[in-house]
Amino acid sequence: MQPRRLIVEWLAQDRGGHLLLLFVLAAAVLVPICNLAVPADSPLHVSTYTVTLLGKYLCFALLAIALDLVWGYCGILSLGHGAFFALGGYAMGMYLMRQIGDRGVYGNADLPDFMVFLDWKELPWYWYGFDEFWFAALMVMVVPGLLAFVFGWLAFRSRVTGVYLSIITQALTYALMLAFFRNEMGFGGNNGLTDFKDILGYNLQSDATRIGLFLASAIALVLGYLLARYVVRSKLGRVVIAIRDAEARARFVGYKVEHYKLWVFVLSAVLAGIAGALYVPQVGIINPSEFSPLNSIELVVWVAIGGRGTLYGAVVGALLVNYAKTYFTGALPEVWLFALGALFVVVTLFLPKGLAGVVTLWRQRRGRRREAPA
Amino acid sequence: MRETIIARGEVYLYPMLMIMTCMQACSKRWCCIAVCVCLWWFAVLTPAIADDTLSSNTGHSFVEQLQVLQTGNFSTKATAVEALEGIDDDRVLSVLKALLNGDLRYRKDDDRVVFIKDVEEGYQLTDVLSGVDLGVTGRRNVKKITVNNQLRGQLRSAIARLSLSHKNPKVRLTSVQELIKDMDADTTALFRGAMGKESDENVLDVIRTGLALVDINAEDRSTRLRAITELGETLNPIAKVRLEQLLAQDNDGAHLEADAELRRAAQKSLNRFKERQELYELLNTLFFGLSLGSVLLLAAIGLAITFGVMGVINMAHGELIMLGAYTTYVVQLMMPNHIDYSLFVAIPAAFLVAGLVGVAIERGVIRFLYGRTLETLLATFGISLILQQAVRSIFSPLNRSVETPAWMSGAWEFNASLSLTYNRLYIILFSLLVFAALLMILKKTSLGLQVRAVTQNRPMAKAMGVRTEWVDALTFGLGSGIAGVAGVALSQLTNVGPNLGQAYIIDSFMVVVFGGVGNLWGTLVGAMSLGVVNKFLEPWAGAVLAKILVLIVIILFIQKRPRGLFAQKGRSVEG
Repeated sequence: MQPRRLIVEWLAQDRGGHLLLLFVLAAAVLVPICNLAVPADSPLHVSTYTVTLLGKYLCFALLAIALDLVWGYCGILSLGHGAFFALGGYAMGMYLMRQIGDRGVYGNADLPDFMVFLDWKELPWYWYGFDEFWFAALMVMVVPGLLAFVFGWLAFRSRVTGVYLSIITQALTYALMLAFFRNEMGFGGNNGLTDFKDILGYNLQSDATRIGLFLASAIALVLGYLLARYVVRSKLGRVVIAIRDAEARARFVGYKVEHYKLWVFVLSAVLAGIAGALYVPQVGIINPSEFSPLNSIELVVWVAIGGRGTLYGAVVGALLVNYAKTYFTGALPEVWLFALGALFVVVTLFLPKGLAGVVTLWRQRRGRRREAPA
Repeated sequence: MRETIIARGEVYLYPMLMIMTCMQACSKRWCCIAVCVCLWWFAVLTPAIADDTLSSNTGHSFVEQLQVLQTGNFSTKATAVEALEGIDDDRVLSVLKALLNGDLRYRKDDDRVVFIKDVEEGYQLTDVLSGVDLGVTGRRNVKKITVNNQLRGQLRSAIARLSLSHKNPKVRLTSVQELIKDMDADTTALFRGAMGKESDENVLDVIRTGLALVDINAEDRSTRLRAITELGETLNPIAKVRLEQLLAQDNDGAHLEADAELRRAAQKSLNRFKERQELYELLNTLFFGLSLGSVLLLAAIGLAITFGVMGVINMAHGELIMLGAYTTYVVQLMMPNHIDYSLFVAIPAAFLVAGLVGVAIERGVIRFLYGRTLETLLATFGISLILQQAVRSIFSPLNRSVETPAWMSGAWEFNASLSLTYNRLYIILFSLLVFAALLMILKKTSLGLQVRAVTQNRPMAKAMGVRTEWVDALTFGLGSGIAGVAGVALSQLTNVGPNLGQAYIIDSFMVVVFGGVGNLWGTLVGAMSLGVVNKFLEPWAGAVLAKILVLIVIILFIQKRPRGLFAQKGRSVEG
């Protein structure tokens, strides 16, 4: 199959994705204009706070795509994807920490503030290289990828599946959270990494940098979506779906099930890492609570609500739930957990395929109605 | 006091008056009767009066001596202390101690002698004579009963003597432990005297150590050797310090103790001491491990039923534990005067509350999701969020304190190095009890039979007439009820707050997965071994790292044995 035909074909079949991409691209064009060009008192003006918020949502959407790859297409319910997200975030945070240089509270050019505070004398070896952006960017992908590779290699090889896998992924992120809480780890302990000053020489507080980060997130989301779409439509993706639906059969047909699973799992972890790396400079902090199992499960519900097994569904779910979260935690903080809990129950009971499933159903019905009179 | 004496005089006067009136009446017969009545009067009353007089004499002199302490100069105070020591009264010891610490004072307005306790608003006063709480007063309203250095020395030795012969072995133990720190000639004599009379093993151990500490400095070599051996047998840390001193070298590497044989003996004793110390430390760690294990067992065993037997992932399990803990809190609120019995009410109450919530969850949500385990996981997680927030809204997000009944506080002191706290001890027993009960239910009752039948082959069980839906609901209720009971136990160990459940849910899953799903014995072994391993890792890795290590070990273990320690075998497993 020629690549061009392939592209044409999947663009034609993916209407939801189409709309979504258009929406993201439109936002990527309009938001910077409304923020920078429109005067502050105009109703069309988008505040920098909103830009950052939208950027955050886009990162979450990328994370949702990553989870949807493994859960929706491969049937692996990972309750530890927040760990990969946080690891990517920490890699970026370390770079940003090194960029502070001697502008910290203690004015130490060699050591980050918290190390001076802990009375450390020299930089731990694993901090070497994070002065360079390219190295940090590499680590953003390598560290989560490597962890996913080792973990997945062990887990899939011994055929840990289903619930067991979910629980040990949860244990993984829980163990990482406990570990990162320790000061001795050299990642800032409880407080994590924060007080960032600039990225690639641009001041993180300035509007232009914020817009830049927002655009980077939007581009990452679009690219991530296209990549994921390409993967699931490729032959490899079909095998992965086959594994989801009938693992034993796929194995007996002769596919190396473990290899396919591992491949998707690592790819997904890398995507999650990138999402985390884009998230950290926008929110300005990364701390161990990002590893908390609750975060990972919340992420599952984004995908569940949007509709697993459809990439655009995952994105829509992430955007909707996070918007709801921002709204509720601001307006009715008491209600948020009730609402989230109810969402879990309602979606699993009544919308097993999420919102995307509802759309499909509705379209099918309309199609049938249209056919009927003819 | 004077009033009572007058009253007592009147008691004696009555018979006299009666005799005199009889005499006046001059009737012999009447006289006889009157004398008899008088005799009876005396016979009945005299012992009572005598008794009263005796006790009031000592009480009187206790009061008198107290008055001397309050008003006298230092030399009369010294005699008063001496006199007090001779009085057999429980209050003496506390008076002397308070006097030594400067906590014995008197109120300026009514000269009443009181014990003081420093509190924020001033002094908390307790009447010395009656032990009645007199409330809090300003610091200037009381005056201190002063002592000088000589008196202090006298007080110390008096207190030592008194507490060494005290009825309560605990008082004796604390006193010898205090005395052993400074072994002078007086204390040695005191110890030698107490040695023969002492019956309590722990007190005796300290006394022996103290005497050995003295003997080790003796002239006679064989006495010293004996003392060194003696020190190896005790558990007192002072013994270790002294033995190490014997082995010490000065800066030039020369031994401080010239006698090589003594040094060898000291080394031997020291090794023996350390061996025993290590043994007890090991036992202590084991105890803590088992106690953690029993907590894990309690938390996980309900999960073992819902997850293991029914194949349902209940993420709200932790919140059911939390509900149990809050039930305990509410029960205690309802019976504030009977805290000691509150747990016996709380256990069935928590079982019911959590069990009913469990049945509601099963009927309302889970029964639509059988066969879709991952979805069950998500739905129950949603329920857990709702329950958490509900508790937060009702009881506030702050931790609530649950009181510990008196019979659960304190520790069982085995010896100087080993003491087991009662609450942990009871929880170990309780968890085993719950385990046994659950095992019995599953093995011996018809419900258990039906549960096992449904677990093994649902359609066949249905075909045989088992009401599978009913069984599902009851099993889930049972597992949830056990979680509630676990909550009662946990409320005695940790803070009761909305996040109580979350802290245990991952650990519980680890236990069940580690032990092997669908096997209660696996849960028992898994919980206990995880608890013990955790506690043994803690000393050299730290609490957090130990936990991380255990998690990693479990993750690796699952790779090796994906179905846990005691894996279920057979066809139904893969389904």
